[in-house]
Amino acid sequence: MQNFEDSPLRIGAYEFHSRLIVGTGKYPSMDAMQAAHAASGAEMVTVAIRRVNLGEKGGSLLDYIDRSKMTILPNTAGCFNAREAVATAQLARELLETDLIKLEVIGDTQTLHPDTRETLLAAEQLVADGFTVLPYIGDDPVACVQLEALGCAAVMPLAAPIGSGLGICNPYTIRIIKERAGVPVIVDAGVGTASDAAVAMELGVDALLMNTGIAAAQNPVAMAEAMALATRAGRLAFLSGRMEKRLYANASSPMQGLIGAPSA
Amino acid sequence: MKVEINGEKRELPAAAEATLAEVLAVLEIEARGVAIACNDRVVRRSEYARHRIAEGDRIEIVRAVAGG
Repeated sequence: MQNFEDSPLRIGAYEFHSRLIVGTGKYPSMDAMQAAHAASGAEMVTVAIRRVNLGEKGGSLLDYIDRSKMTILPNTAGCFNAREAVATAQLARELLETDLIKLEVIGDTQTLHPDTRETLLAAEQLVADGFTVLPYIGDDPVACVQLEALGCAAVMPLAAPIGSGLGICNPYTIRIIKERAGVPVIVDAGVGTASDAAVAMELGVDALLMNTGIAAAQNPVAMAEAMALATRAGRLAFLSGRMEKRLYANASSPMQGLIGAPSA
Repeated sequence: MKVEINGEKRELPAAAEATLAEVLAVLEIEARGVAIACNDRVVRRSEYARHRIAEGDRIEIVRAVAGG
């Protein structure tokens, strides 16, 4: 059913055909996660970095990710300052043999909004250290432009708080960010259902990153497919250039030749 | 020898030339699937067998876990 050929999503030196990036958190089981990943068609997947529990045995999350199909995007989730985020990114690079990093520096534990100053500081250091940096950031056009100027490969504004599923709370700021940024804009956080994904893509953003919207659905596999379809539908609608909105009706059928009308 | 591993104080067998590879062996952790920083510096996997541990070292051993 893929008739229209879209251009690939380019992030730094990487190229993707799917515009949906998925997570690995909160799935009811590893089986459900793997099936949802397959249904999503995603080519990039996020993971977190944490201390090994000493004395605990267990399989690795990486055993459940097919790295021949999925690029791993490690995150710095849980970091509250630039120093922690840079240290986490460096460990992630050694662990996963990738220069990709989703930079996440949290400034508030309840809203999980980012700390903009620490995110900018960390971004500067990580870019200098050779990372391909994808920062999670507020829906702040100024911060996004500053991150791009520092050399980030994309900017990832939130559309609503992480894990909230509230949808695209401020379409205006997301649109402005897309207008201003020269690097890909990826909506990270807030998408709760398929229509949210379509709305975000119709605004013209380049991709979506979502975890809870899929993982916390009653049926994550079906929702993963729904998100894949909605992401593509929204993208196609954006590229199509929608019709203008009008206040009044405008008939689709001709007003001439109606039966019972006096002949002209 | 006293070191700190992932924030826990640990007493390691007093070997004259303890390396990171030996620390992993003592902890029964496979090198594949983890990354290590010693005193805030990442140690490359290829260096584990050569990297000496000293009294008071702070060692961080991390892995990938589920997240968004």
